[in-house]
Amino acid sequence: MTSKFDTRAPKRLLDAADELVSRDEAQRVIEGAVKLSKADSVQVSLGGGRQRNVRFAANQMSTAGMVTDLSMVVSSSFGPKHAIVTTNDLSPEGIERAVRQSEAIARLAPDDPEAMPSLAQQDIAPLPAAWDEQTANLDAAACAQAALTALIPSRAKGNLQAAGFLQVDANVNSLGNSSGLFQYHRGTKSNYTLTVRTADGTGSGWAGAEEPKFGALDFAKISARAIEKAELSRNPVAIEPGRYTVILEPQAVGDLVSLVAFYADARAADEGRSPFVKQGGGNKLGEKIADERVALYSDPYDPKILADPFDGEGFPLTRRNWIDKGVLTEMQYGRFWARKQGKQPTGGANNIVLAGGNMTREQMIAGTQRGILVSRLWYLREVDPRTLLYTGLTRDGTFLIENGKITKSIKNMRFNESPLFMLNNLEALGPQERVAGIEAGIPCVMPLLKARDFNFTSLSDAV
Amino acid sequence: MTTRRDFLATSALAAGAMAVAALPAEAESLTRRLAPLTPRPHEQPPMDAPTRDLLMAALNSAKMSGASFADARIGRTRRNFVITREKQIIEIVDTDTMGCGVRALVDGCWGFAATRALTADGVASAGREAVAIAKANRVARDRSVELTPAPSLGERTWSTGFTIDPWTIPVEQKADLLLKANAEAMKVPGVKYVASQMFFVKEEKNYANTEGTVTAQTLVRSWAPMSITAISADFTDFQTRSNTVQPAGRGYEHILEADIVGNARKWGEEAAQKLKAKAVEPGRYDLVLHPSHLWLTIHESIGHPTELDRAYGYEANYAGTSFVSPPEKVLGTLKYGPEMLNVQGDRSQVGGCSTVGFDDEGVIPEDFLIIRNGVMNDYQTTREQANWLKWWYEKQGKAPRSHGCSYGDSWSSVQFQRMPNVSVLPGAKEQSYEDIIAATDKGIAIVGDGSFSIDQQRYNSQFGGQLFYEIKGGKVVGMLKDVAYQMRTPEFWNALDMLGGKKSYMLGASFFDGKGQPGQVNAVSHGCPPTRHRQINVINTGRKA
Repeated sequence: MTSKFDTRAPKRLLDAADELVSRDEAQRVIEGAVKLSKADSVQVSLGGGRQRNVRFAANQMSTAGMVTDLSMVVSSSFGPKHAIVTTNDLSPEGIERAVRQSEAIARLAPDDPEAMPSLAQQDIAPLPAAWDEQTANLDAAACAQAALTALIPSRAKGNLQAAGFLQVDANVNSLGNSSGLFQYHRGTKSNYTLTVRTADGTGSGWAGAEEPKFGALDFAKISARAIEKAELSRNPVAIEPGRYTVILEPQAVGDLVSLVAFYADARAADEGRSPFVKQGGGNKLGEKIADERVALYSDPYDPKILADPFDGEGFPLTRRNWIDKGVLTEMQYGRFWARKQGKQPTGGANNIVLAGGNMTREQMIAGTQRGILVSRLWYLREVDPRTLLYTGLTRDGTFLIENGKITKSIKNMRFNESPLFMLNNLEALGPQERVAGIEAGIPCVMPLLKARDFNFTSLSDAV
Repeated sequence: MTTRRDFLATSALAAGAMAVAALPAEAESLTRRLAPLTPRPHEQPPMDAPTRDLLMAALNSAKMSGASFADARIGRTRRNFVITREKQIIEIVDTDTMGCGVRALVDGCWGFAATRALTADGVASAGREAVAIAKANRVARDRSVELTPAPSLGERTWSTGFTIDPWTIPVEQKADLLLKANAEAMKVPGVKYVASQMFFVKEEKNYANTEGTVTAQTLVRSWAPMSITAISADFTDFQTRSNTVQPAGRGYEHILEADIVGNARKWGEEAAQKLKAKAVEPGRYDLVLHPSHLWLTIHESIGHPTELDRAYGYEANYAGTSFVSPPEKVLGTLKYGPEMLNVQGDRSQVGGCSTVGFDDEGVIPEDFLIIRNGVMNDYQTTREQANWLKWWYEKQGKAPRSHGCSYGDSWSSVQFQRMPNVSVLPGAKEQSYEDIIAATDKGIAIVGDGSFSIDQQRYNSQFGGQLFYEIKGGKVVGMLKDVAYQMRTPEFWNALDMLGGKKSYMLGASFFDGKGQPGQVNAVSHGCPPTRHRQINVINTGRKA
């Protein structure tokens, strides 16, 4: 057992980084825990890291913090019986306690007829570019300076209120098991979002960005974008709800389109309870479900959006084309369901990318006779899982387009729409960007998207 | 309790003050210990010395570094999940996390730092880091944070008062109950899938601030949700009955009283019945809302908009602001609903998920009326916020006082304003859900919470439900499906015209309510009687692909 994690002897705890455990240290600790195990098989993962954040609102500093944590997850199996115990007490005694407790619970657990054997070592290509040293070691002063990039211009204007949030994470994710598997990945992430509201409460604009490197965030650009939207969106007028051509900014596209990947689970469809149930039984794999320009995939190695290259069992994640040329080409198969159905397991999705097109924003607007430009969506909830029908609202910048030009700020509206209907009603795709704030939280690269007949069902007075 | 002993052992060990306790004690307890035959409410023991010493070390460090005020929380949160489907277990998970969070105020700026290193050096580092962050933020300060005075409490303890600690129930007993319930539901023709779970949370919270308040409390919450799916023979439709049991701030006794085995067949029959239900005709209906449904509408349309930080724009970048704003223009004047509408904020209702003895900044919460006789009367507040309404409280001859709504969802999360239990008080007349249906000529009765979505100022919302019943001439004439109502908050509450009485009052709850950046989760209950709302807009959500 290493004594690295003995909490009796911490050295420079908050700046010295035991939470940013190295590959060698992680392997030593995990192998130590695996050796303690008396179970038929065991999987041990070690994950955690360091987070800095700063929050401001109403043109004023709010809360700011730094959190470090590292915890271990022990999953013990006795034949078809298994249980999981997690702890952040990584003293030798704490680790042994977690191992013993997971064994004790697993022994008492009812059989799981779907239990799968643990994986042997899987080859995974590393992703060194996901880590940035400066980001991992950012200090509080840099965070305060970032807040000032929005606070100074908003205060100076006199009629604006800024509220924003910067979160910088350095995370380590590693796991090993009693079949000899060991995986390790570490990455940094900087996420910044900003909402600027006009003091009279009639206008609101949002902008954000997400990058592995803190230094790659363009704070001045984000401020300018949120302020511009806030000012343009003032004094919105009501229009009649109904079906409209929409131009959705990448942020709004991400909220809707990411749902398609989440629901593309083969088992739910095979069982008859999913939007991808085939008439008469089975799933829609291989069927055309969207416009032929639609290509939706996950790929942890995509340089625009690097992600952990393995899942919670150490299974390698590679590029998966969920939709290609409008055809549902892959569905998610877990290891048990894949075996039962005679398929290859796919692993899940750690990121989602929708391919873009070559139409610019200006061209899309110019080519729209009457339509709505949507900056962002909010509070999306499932209404009908049979059609992937979701409801939600527009937010922080909704504009009417008439005769090829943005003419008015309009009131927000509630929609009842399915991303599947939307991807069939596709008009055009534009440039992609990495989005910063979709509700589901999964990293996404999404394009600007134009679609017809988007269903707005009521007006909202909310700004 | 075992868990308490473990906590002592671990923190003492971390402080280097004691030898290691025997390891398998906790594991053994799972097999051997059963609930006592005559359960007694749990009583909180006083804070142990090692924990108290660490809290003081954290506070001293923050003070020495320059904090004008600081508080420290050492928390242990344990969660236990038992997850099943149909005839099998999916997973059993036991999580345990422990650490210390220190919050410091320097020149009117906040800083916060949290560490899992429960040693004198570890928590002192966190204290210094919290101060360093606060100091760094002064460059961007506008107004200074000023805390509303709160009395020093000295040393206090409190407990949820659960009678059966879920951690004393062997895992096979929990799994057995779920699998039996699943089997009952599967007996219903048409029912093909069942998912059921048990979730338990135990928070052991230790708090101290530089004003001399030192509190220790234990909160336990329990929930056993079940979701039953019926599928039509031709695979053209599937319907689900879920959200069958509400969470509560109670122990395992809550699960036993919910009788999931005894009720599972009825829930299964309801799922199968939904396949044959009539599609709703869109239009305006009088809605009779059962408490198992209404709690969520209260949560979204009264709970969130009356958070004072939202009203002042502090959540603008994520959860949003509020239509109940600015406070100067709505307190004492905004007509939220008819005179019969009274809404209480509290953290005192027995079994409430937000019920506590002390909030996370050492305040004893008080009961307060958010809406009094239909008029906006007060907001949810913390010590930072209560001062903002000084003018309003002084007008009523009161000094500003925090309502005790501070909460951090972990030792690693900074505390901020979270929702107390927000409840619609029952009406003066003793009438039931059935009485209200009998008084309704053409309407829809809704049972259980379903789909929900509301805008960022809490005006426009859309709610589904679990079960929808068509009412004609005071009688339920059949089941409906694909029902959702769309409403504008002030109109919906002003359309209230019937309120159930005391005997019809029930608690519903959210186990996972999100707010803040970084996101935090809290659990909160909402009590209410059944209500009737006149002429609400109902849509049909069924669409063919």
